[in-house]
Amino acid sequence: MSRQPYIRPMSKTTWYMRNGRYKVYMLREMTCLLVGFYSFLVIFGLAALSSAERWNAFLASQQNAAMIAFHGFALIYFLIYQTFAWFELAPKAMPLQIGEKKLSDSYIVIAHYIVWAVLSAFIFWLAGVF
Amino acid sequence: MAVAKKAIVWGLFAAGGTVSSFVFPALITLFFLIAVGTTPDGLQYEKIHEFAASFLGKACLFIVISLSLWHAAHRLRVVFHDLGVRKDKVVANAVYLAAFVGTAMTAFYLFLIR
Repeated sequence: MSRQPYIRPMSKTTWYMRNGRYKVYMLREMTCLLVGFYSFLVIFGLAALSSAERWNAFLASQQNAAMIAFHGFALIYFLIYQTFAWFELAPKAMPLQIGEKKLSDSYIVIAHYIVWAVLSAFIFWLAGVF
Repeated sequence: MAVAKKAIVWGLFAAGGTVSSFVFPALITLFFLIAVGTTPDGLQYEKIHEFAASFLGKACLFIVISLSLWHAAHRLRVVFHDLGVRKDKVVANAVYLAAFVGTAMTAFYLFLIR
């Protein structure tokens, strides 16, 4: 008599809701929607650069309460689950070894934050924010 | 060849993830500033057109957008799998095609700006 193998019941669509780590994983993966959204938003902006009228119309189309709320939410979500998450994972994905010694993870993470701050400041300067 | 192909897909994913992690917070902030009606001077037509018309501007925009699209496409492919969609071939073709179309549009519009 053969026994039935035990198969743990598991939902194919909601398995990540069982565990906090899995939830964070899914929240992290979902940032791809924001990356795609903003990439195409920039592409529509590039298309609108064909004339001053079209560019100003593009800018005007972006100025509403829904977009303010969305950008605010997107910025916080993106920082937590993409930017900071990516920096924290960087030393695990590409550990650095100098001679015999492995460089401490915190140095790699801090280096990422510094480069990010400088680059962001440069982009803001380029865009004329200050 | 499967291994070699995977390395390229993963490499583009990692490059796009790095680029978007560094650049997108500033980008979203700029869109936020536009949305609240305080469009910075550098984003007025004359200035942003000049930037997008320069070779360096074109190169930066193209690299950031194309790598980010590839990153998003690859991650979305995995998200579909995680949400229980088991038709990976169809999903992969769809998301990579979307990334390719976006990349082609970026190149086309940048080409038109001069």
